[in-house]
Amino acid sequence: MDPIRQRLLKKSRQAKLEKRGRLIGLLCISLIVLVVVAIFYFVASRGLATFYHDKVNLWDFLTKQVWNPGTKDSHGVPAVGALPMIVGSFLVTIFAALVATPFAIGAAIFMTEISPRRGMRILKPVTELLVGIPSVVYGFIGLTVVVPVIRRLFGGTGFGILAGTCVLFVMILPTVTSMSVDALKAVPRYYRDASAALGATRWQTIYKVVLRAAMPGLLTAIVFGMARAFGEALAVQMVIGNAALMPHNLVSPAATLTSVLTLGIGNTIMGSLENNALWSLALILLLMSLVFNLVIRWIGRKGAVKS
Amino acid sequence: MAAAPIITSRDVHLYYGKHEALKGIDLDFNPQQITALIGPSGSGKSTYLRLLNRMNDLIPNIKITGDIRLYQQDIYASDMDIVQLRKEVGMVFQQPHPFPFSIYDNVVYGLRLAGIKDRAVLDQAVETSLKAAAVWTETKDILHESALALSGGQRQRVCIARVLAVKPAVILLDEPTSALDPISSSKIEQMLVDLKKDYTIIMVTHNLQQAARASDKTAFFLDGQLVELNDTVNFFTAPAKKESEDYISGRFG
Repeated sequence: MDPIRQRLLKKSRQAKLEKRGRLIGLLCISLIVLVVVAIFYFVASRGLATFYHDKVNLWDFLTKQVWNPGTKDSHGVPAVGALPMIVGSFLVTIFAALVATPFAIGAAIFMTEISPRRGMRILKPVTELLVGIPSVVYGFIGLTVVVPVIRRLFGGTGFGILAGTCVLFVMILPTVTSMSVDALKAVPRYYRDASAALGATRWQTIYKVVLRAAMPGLLTAIVFGMARAFGEALAVQMVIGNAALMPHNLVSPAATLTSVLTLGIGNTIMGSLENNALWSLALILLLMSLVFNLVIRWIGRKGAVKS
Repeated sequence: MAAAPIITSRDVHLYYGKHEALKGIDLDFNPQQITALIGPSGSGKSTYLRLLNRMNDLIPNIKITGDIRLYQQDIYASDMDIVQLRKEVGMVFQQPHPFPFSIYDNVVYGLRLAGIKDRAVLDQAVETSLKAAAVWTETKDILHESALALSGGQRQRVCIARVLAVKPAVILLDEPTSALDPISSSKIEQMLVDLKKDYTIIMVTHNLQQAARASDKTAFFLDGQLVELNDTVNFFTAPAKKESEDYISGRFG
């Protein structure tokens, strides 16, 4: 055979390496997919057992207000109304996001538009530091500082939605801020130049062009913060009061899905109704984080089409 | 004799830190003319152009000396309102990037900044500006769709319409066609020639043919200095300076 042809047919070392690398990548991805599927399967099989094994009505589970899985009501149906926890979770999440968003976007504007040099040098490390603080620290500060202050201001025990909101606000602030910074930085310079050249002041440029162009990224940041707040367990559990009651005001003890889960899961027997009911709460959490994820992707796609 | 110059500049120096990017430019611009600024990359022509509406102000470590006047008013005077200046001296950039809004919102952007809300006024401005920028026929039915869906040439003309809507006296263009295909470029060139009866146009270009075709005066920059300002016809047929001749015949740059 002619030597050039022979050389062409011989597999190069690089090509072999490429093939091996692809195989390893594929294996890693399959492992991740497998883990995710397993988690879904496990949580769903346990969580759904409440409904088909213990014969709890799904609608009752979502709308009844009494959570006491050990007891049964007059019809012999266990008292597993998850509404107080669902409401609690949503309230702390929404309030935390509402309070954190203006602060986060304001800080991000300062860091990218108004004082990019000093802002970046001081604020960026600070926000990054805040991201790294473990949630138990936030919870502890909430317990020793926020709760007593609320107790003094509003009376009662101080535990409740308001305390949870305060702690979560500080926890999600750095996440939302740093993602907002990225979103604002991604706005190309030529938008700012063109706006200035048309006679816009800096504030007009920020307000009318930069924020508008960064909107998908900013929304993603907010939803990301909400997802984090919704899933946070420890810090919230330390300050919310852990009473599975419908919150009638912001300073009465309440509970979230996560706080009930972390408190209860160690004290129940596998396979019992009490245990299954907690798994059902976990299923709700899982589905909600899925929803947050889908919302983020949806916003991202909408933003991508626009620009 | 042409009318009095609308912009005058005397002994303009500009330093980036220690580097002297402009070494004393004396240059005047006449109304209702197109002046082309040409020269190799790094010759300072874009830097000079951006001085005329103070787009360089935000660059750190910059030092500007000399005297630039618009209607005899020193535009670097401390009481000069930079927002008003930019309404008089509009600018079109190299990259054809409208804002990520609808075509309509792009064109009325400058007017809305000035607080104009009257729908009839805005509608009228959109039509006039897009017509003047020769892009009305293509856009009149899609005014409320995103300007980013247009082709590069159409986008650049929307960017020009956006500037025209503010009714500036002077339009600066920084290589307005260098990112466009030849057909789009020639449309924009033609449009600029049509516009010059109402505006003073100053254009940086790397395209010598474009300068020769579209401009009335040509200013040749080299190494931070103005080598020659001449009527375009004379510049390209009988340049006064040796460097000019070398440049247009392609011997360097």
